[in-house]
Parts: sequence; structure tokens; C-alpha cells
Amino acid sequence: MKIKIPVSKAKQIVIHHTLKLSEKTIEKTEIANNFLTDFADVILFITHFIKETFTRKFELREFLHQCFVIGYKSLPLITVTGTIMGFVLTIQSRPVLVSFGAVTMLPGMVAVSLIREMGPVITALICAGKIASGMGAELGSMKVTEQIEAMEVSSTNPMRYLVVTRVWAATLMIPLLVLYADAMGILGSWMGANLKGDVTLTLFFSQAFSHIDFIDFIPAIIKTFFFGIVIGLVGTYKGYNAGRGTESVGKAANSAVVLASLLVLIVDMIAVQITDMLVL
Amino acid sequence: MKTEQTELPVEDTVQIDPNDPIIEITKLCKSFGTQQVLKDLSLKLYNGENLVVLGKSGSGKSVLIKCIVGLLRSDSGTIQVFNHDVTALTVKELGKVRQEIGFLFQSGALYDSMTVKQNLEFPLIRLKTELSEKDRNVKIEEVLENVGLSDALYKMPSQLSGGMRKRISLARTIVVDPKIILYDEPTTGLDPVTSDEISVLINDIQKKYKTSSIIITHDIECARATADRLIMLQNGQIYADGDIDGYENSKDKVIKAFFK
Ligand SMILES: Nc1ncnc2c1ncn2[C@@H]1O[C@H](COP(=O)(O)OP(=O)(O)OP(=O)(O)O)[C@@H](O)[C@H]1O
Ligand SMILES: [Mg+2]
Repeated sequence: MKIKIPVSKAKQIVIHHTLKLSEKTIEKTEIANNFLTDFADVILFITHFIKETFTRKFELREFLHQCFVIGYKSLPLITVTGTIMGFVLTIQSRPVLVSFGAVTMLPGMVAVSLIREMGPVITALICAGKIASGMGAELGSMKVTEQIEAMEVSSTNPMRYLVVTRVWAATLMIPLLVLYADAMGILGSWMGANLKGDVTLTLFFSQAFSHIDFIDFIPAIIKTFFFGIVIGLVGTYKGYNAGRGTESVGKAANSAVVLASLLVLIVDMIAVQITDMLVL
Repeated sequence: MKTEQTELPVEDTVQIDPNDPIIEITKLCKSFGTQQVLKDLSLKLYNGENLVVLGKSGSGKSVLIKCIVGLLRSDSGTIQVFNHDVTALTVKELGKVRQEIGFLFQSGALYDSMTVKQNLEFPLIRLKTELSEKDRNVKIEEVLENVGLSDALYKMPSQLSGGMRKRISLARTIVVDPKIILYDEPTTGLDPVTSDEISVLINDIQKKYKTSSIIITHDIECARATADRLIMLQNGQIYADGDIDGYENSKDKVIKAFFK
């Protein structure tokens, strides 16, 4: 058998030159378009996520595995930060309360500020650092090494398998981690109180909780679900949309932390406003 | 030597029917930004055929086969696989077509977080839902033996060498008995002995399961061993198309550079 070689050199040269010319104009519009395409990407990602959430097939095993990874594996970190949070808060506010002659208020005050604000926000920020960056790096490297494409050719929807499971796991586990951090915070606060005074743990806890109303508790818990969803979405989005090449893995992890932290604070601000409006 | 040849009952002849293209690509174009990678590329893969794709690095070989399984969307042109136009299918229909296609990724694409066994189970569980766990294990053992890595079952991909990863991903590709296999550089990074074994394995699979394959390779030995027909990509088009003798005897500069 002979081989055939088509001659089309001239044609290719023409195409090459026309491309060169149009390259510059395209570059300019590209920058302007970048913001819009990014925005469109986000919207597309979220719609896709919602759509895949409501399909019948749910990857239960992967979801449970992610709950384990996100929840259980964060426990040591949250234990330490939660305890320190309560401890520091107590040590700092004690002198003020003493000068007002209101040391008995200490457990209640610490508990309220822990449960309302400190616990949720600091835990969420730490999770943004640990979980969002972890997701960004993991999915980013899966993207770069073609693992996500490999899933796709195995007739597995990577959006469903990787993204939906992680986002819902984060949404479920971060509120639990916050509750746990609150408890650790009160424990830390008790330790701090015991440096100067002498209170039993049970008394301290009962004093703390006697000051807490539903109105402290419910909005704080509701907003942690939103923290969870934000952290999950940002982490997976950044990883899932990582570019080509290994350096984009680092970029994905990094920008996931930055954006997730920022969004946690913004969500918190909105939540505070809404609570304020509803309570008044 | 490995015992692949004795394990798979092999018929001597392969029947390639030139009237029966299993993949038919017409006027395929694909560009990234301003870079046009494939230009009006037309290609047929016949039933039962091993088609080797040659071409310089960056000539669009990987892009071509990614378009075939719909991992990349083509800009224009049609890609008929089993008489379905991949470019026009819904996600669900595309999934059905993909069930019959095995894809060996250039980078291996093993799932880092899973053991070798879980890696092989992953497509089996999802594509061969009818298999029991026992059948799956039998199948996994069989393919691991074929690639000569039976003892790697419980290793993590990070514990494997580059060549071993390649072979495991080859095992993962063939474990679901696809009708079409797209190999992206199956022998790159392997020693000559293992390369030969992989070439033999590719031929055995072709004969035993009557698969049709596209094999991208830079490895001329592998091409010699496996090819029924070779095409060469250059500047987004097919530069040459023919059998191995035609290439070896060619006076063309570009082709000669490959067949030194
Ligand atoms: N997802 C993508 N985004 C942008 N450009 C891409 C993408 N995929 C491939 N390319 C570009 O397309 C061209 C062809 O890439 P491809 O991976 O097909 O090359 P190849 O022929 O497989 O080369 P090699 O032998 O090195 O694997 C390259 O220039 C590459 O930069
Ligand atoms: Mg390639």
C-alpha cells in the first residue's frame, strides 16, 4: 500500500498569518471578557451543582467519607482553637467585669459572645483555611492529572461524585464543628476562670447556659449552614476550575482560602443584619 | 517471559472490514483561543482495526481522541461513533456511548486517593452493574495478571513507579471490556521488555475481544508491532495515511525523521 501526502502548505501559511493579525484584538477583548466569563462560570457552576443535587442518584459512600474527612479529621484543630478562644476571651474580659463588680456575669457573657459570634466565625475561618484549601488542592490536582476526565469516561458524573458530596458534607459538618467549638470554648473559658477563682465545671456551665436564649442560638446555628455551603462551594469551584499545569493547583488552593474567608465574613455581616431586623 | 500469549486464546487473523467504519470523523475542527489544533480533520477507524497515530508533540493527538469521547467539544465537524454523532448527543446518550469506549490517559490518571483495587473497581462498579463482587474480583485479578502486576492490588498509586502506574491504568482501561480502546501513549516511559509485553497485550486484546483501537505512540517498535494502519498528524491535519511498509520506505523528510 502506498501512502498519501496531501499538499496544502500554501493554505496553511495564509491561515497562520490571518491568525497572527487577529491575535491582538482578541487579547484586548479577552481581558474585558474575563470578569464576565468568571461570573458566568460561577453561575453555571452553581446551577450545575443544584441540578446534580436533585438527581436521584446520590453518591452516599463518598458523601459519608467526606463527612468523615471534613468533620472527624478537623476535630483536633477545632479542639485546640475552640479552647484557646474561650480561654483568651475570659482572661481578657475578666478585669473589665471586675471593675464593674460583675464577675458573676463572666460565664454568661463569654458563652453569649462565643455562641453568637466568636464560635461560628472563627471556626468557619479556620475551616476555610483547612477545608476549602484542601478541596481546592485535591480537586485541582485531580483536574490537572486528568482524574476528573477519567471519571467522566467511566460514566461517573464528577460534579455529582466530587462536588455535590463535598459541598453537602461541608454544609452538614461545619455546623457540628461550630457546636463542638462552642463547647470547647466554654471549657476553655472555665479553665481561664479557674486561674483566678475557683468554680466547678458544672456550675460554670449552668451559669453560662442560664444566660443563653433561643435568640442567641438559632440564628447563630442557621448562619453556620451558610458558612458550610460557602466553604464547600468555593473550595470545589476553585479546584474544579483549576487551569492546566501543576502551578494552578497551588493557585486553586490559595484563592479558595482567600475567597472562602472573605465570603464567610460577608455572610456573617448579612446574617447579623437580618437577625437584627427580625429581633427588633 | 510473561505468559500473556498462552493465557489468551489468540486467533491468527484479524478481520478488518473497510466498509464498516466504527468511528467516522468528518471535517473536525478544534481550537483553543487563537490556536487551531485540528483543522478539517477527517478520519475513519474500521471495525477490528488497530490504528496508530503518529505526530510531533503538540500536534493534537491527545486532543483528537478526547474529542472522540466528548471530553473536549469540537468547534465543528461530526464524529460518528457506532453511528451516533458524539457532538450532538445528550449527556445521558454520551454516557451510553462511553460505556463501550476504553480510554488510556497519557498521564495515567489513576485516582490518587484510592488503592489499585479501588481504582480498578471504580469503572467496573459503574459500568458493569450486573457483576457480583466475586466476579469483579476475578476480573480484576485477570487484568492485573495481564499487565504483570498481580501483587500491586492493595498499593496506593503513590507507591508505584511511573511504569507501574502506566500499566495499572492500562489495566483499568481494559477491565470493562470496551469495544473501542483509545490508547494515549501506552508504552511511554516503559523499559523495552515491558513495552514489548504491552504491545503483545494490545494485539491480544484486539484479537480476543475483537476491539478496534486508536493507539497514539512515539514508540516506533510499538507501532510496528501493533499497527494495521498508521496516520501521521501534522498542523492539525492528516499528513500521511498508510501501512507500516509505506512509511518505512517513504522518501518524505517528515516521515523519515520518525523512522530513523
Ligand atoms: N485544554 C486545553 N486548553 C488549551 N490548550 C490545549 C488544551 N489541550 C491541548 N491544548 C493545546 O493543544 C495542542 C495539542 O495538544 P495535545 O495534548 O493534543 O498534543 P499531543 O499531540 O498529544 O502531544 P504529546 O505527544 O506531547 O502528548 C497543544 O499545543 C496544547 O497546548
Ligand atoms: Mg498527548
